[in-house]
Amino acid sequence: MIRRLVLALLLSLAALPALAVNPDEILSDPKLEDRAKNLSLQLRCMVCQNQSIEDSNAELARDLRLLVRERITDGDSDAQVIAYVVSRYGEFVLLKPRLSAKTVFLWGTPIVLFVAGTTVMFINGRRRGRKSAGEKLTADEQARINRILGE
Amino acid sequence: MIIELGHYALVLALAVSLVVAILPLIGARRGDLALMELATRGSVALFGLVTFSFGVLTWAYVVSDFSLKNVWENSHSAMPLIYRWTGVWGNHEGSMLLWLLILVFFSAMVALFGRNLPPTLKANVLGVQAWISSAFLLFILLTSNPFTRLNPAPAEGQDLNPVLQDMGLAIHPPLLYLGYVGFSVCFSFAIAALMEGRIDAAWARWVRPWTLAAWMFLTAGIAMGSYWAYYELGWGGWWFWDPVENASFMPWLAGTALLHSALVMEKREALKIWTVLLAIMTFSLSLLGTFLVRSGVLTSVHAFATDPTRGIFILAILSVFIGGAFALFAWRAPLLTAGGLFAPISREGALVLNNLILTVATATVLTGTLYPLVLETLTGDKISVGAPFFNLTFGLLMIPLIAAVPFGPMLAWKRGDLLGAFQRLYVAAGLALLAALTLYYAEHGGPVLAVLGMAAGFFVIFGAVADLFYRAAFNKVSVGTGWRRLKGLPRSAFGGALAHAGFGVTVLGVVAVTTFATEKVVEMKQGMTTEAGGYSLTFDGMQAGAGPNYTEDRGHFSISRGGVRVADTWSSKRLYTARRQPTTEAGIVTFGLSQLYVSLGDAMDSGGIVVRIWWKPTILCIWFGAVIMAIGGLVSLSDRRLRVGAPKRKARPVAAPVPGLEAAE
Repeated sequence: MIRRLVLALLLSLAALPALAVNPDEILSDPKLEDRAKNLSLQLRCMVCQNQSIEDSNAELARDLRLLVRERITDGDSDAQVIAYVVSRYGEFVLLKPRLSAKTVFLWGTPIVLFVAGTTVMFINGRRRGRKSAGEKLTADEQARINRILGE
Repeated sequence: MIIELGHYALVLALAVSLVVAILPLIGARRGDLALMELATRGSVALFGLVTFSFGVLTWAYVVSDFSLKNVWENSHSAMPLIYRWTGVWGNHEGSMLLWLLILVFFSAMVALFGRNLPPTLKANVLGVQAWISSAFLLFILLTSNPFTRLNPAPAEGQDLNPVLQDMGLAIHPPLLYLGYVGFSVCFSFAIAALMEGRIDAAWARWVRPWTLAAWMFLTAGIAMGSYWAYYELGWGGWWFWDPVENASFMPWLAGTALLHSALVMEKREALKIWTVLLAIMTFSLSLLGTFLVRSGVLTSVHAFATDPTRGIFILAILSVFIGGAFALFAWRAPLLTAGGLFAPISREGALVLNNLILTVATATVLTGTLYPLVLETLTGDKISVGAPFFNLTFGLLMIPLIAAVPFGPMLAWKRGDLLGAFQRLYVAAGLALLAALTLYYAEHGGPVLAVLGMAAGFFVIFGAVADLFYRAAFNKVSVGTGWRRLKGLPRSAFGGALAHAGFGVTVLGVVAVTTFATEKVVEMKQGMTTEAGGYSLTFDGMQAGAGPNYTEDRGHFSISRGGVRVADTWSSKRLYTARRQPTTEAGIVTFGLSQLYVSLGDAMDSGGIVVRIWWKPTILCIWFGAVIMAIGGLVSLSDRRLRVGAPKRKARPVAAPVPGLEAAE
């Protein structure tokens, strides 16, 4: 957290200490503005560390916000805006990377682990269940009991 | 001279630490009690030496001794006294010394309170602790020495980073480290158990209080850090999925899993191997977090630790300890016998599910945090993994967890009755849905998912209440008897219920803020009024001011509701004079559990100023929930069973079952 704070500080040095979204950027149609905001949260400020363009006060983030709003007012769908921004800035701009050969392990890890974990749980559970359900004694156990009883 | 004594104490500490790291282990092998006993005294002496050293550094800060490079770089004589105290750990060297201090503090605690531990186990645990402290002492002395002098001594310091000049710095790092480093004890116990090749319920009982304590501090520390970032950064966010945050969150997730699996082990002697593995993983994640934060590997623009030698040193520590621990685990774990049997639908089964989800969540956060780094190193491709990824994956994983939390305590050990648990919980579930719907209508509008999310939060809270209700058997006996039985329940029962309820409160806060928060960005001139969250804010104008080491421009806002003035607040932009660094100090007004958050932006040419206003409904629930969780941990820790200490290893009496009373955890 400290480092986050420090970082924010460094970044605020890089740019003028302005707030992220300024009133002059906001679209008059609240529906479009909502869409622009949601898209902005998905896009990374390229010169910042782990900040969306919505939260960042860097000059480049502002340019990108204006670009997103421009595309939206021109009638682009959300997917089109994202595709356009990615074509210009690359996959790096997406805070939630798309599934591809590069990111297969990123998206795969939770799913594979969850499935594998559930399977192990299930198999173990059944094995345990079978063990505890065994009502008849094995020959070995019977022999041991006989020995104990015989003593 | 005092400074050199502090430095010398640190070198001496390394020598003591090496002795404790070697001799007691030999003693444990040979059964030599005198050598084993060395661990106790050595650990206490080590704590004394490091405390002295830390005290010397603190003294240098308090008296502003700028002949010390570390003090000169991070302090200023005009800084208020409290920040001269806390500035000690507001930098790389000092914070590593704090890390070490807390590590040897835990060793000393084990040495002092571990009287009933078997001597070999105690010697081994303290020995492993000493390996860790030796490694970090070497790291501090060789790469991050806070006692480096400057000659000639500068007349004035360079000031502490302004964002760190806050009460948050006084509380957050010590709490976080108490949690982070506290898990070292669990790690040492796990390693010691592997070395001895035996592990049983008594082991779990010795480990549980340490896990609980560490988990409690980490919970409070993370919550405190989150609140600090929220009010200090000035853009209203409370969790950013920043790698540094993730670094502290991963040990928390793994530690929460450990807390639950140790429970199964203590009660039922099951999940032994898994518990040992979790104990190792939790502290490994703490070490990894330290590496990520301290090495500067995450980014090139970090403020601390840009020197690669430090990074490589910590990486070496990391590899030796994590690699060594896992190798030992692979070698010795097969020796540990598996324990008690249980059906899938049972308390154990529920706790296994808890462990599964928390472990997958930990792995998800871990992959997300390291993936860009690894991908860039391997292929040169740059990708970003940010909040949208974590919100989606982590959020999805939390759904089954939240749904399952209330069921766990309702199920019996060994073989549970899911239908019975359902019957007991349907009142809780019904109430939860009703409460969520009421709130939904009160707030008006908001996606249906919000209702379900809030219902989930309430479900967890009411589930915790229902747990206590049924344990006291209010449904079967008269109110008076039920009350007496409730009072007779062990503290750990209340602790568990509190922690679960706290979790529900946090869920509630997160859902409410995510869906109902509003944001407004306006340009305001003096006398203008704007609306937010049902309140009217009037901007009364700007005023110049000055603090001990900064100047500021602050704006005053009057807040009224229905024409009646209810509050007012200052929101300011500061400039710290020594470093010429600006910060924003948001104006925050609390109404019940909700907050109005006012942040200042640029002054416009027209004479107005940009103001950003957030309405954050029930946001305080997020942190109150965490505080309740930590209090739950504390209550559990105060349980008589843990206070009295663990029983002897052999001849553990079998408690006669009390009719109608479930075994409490």
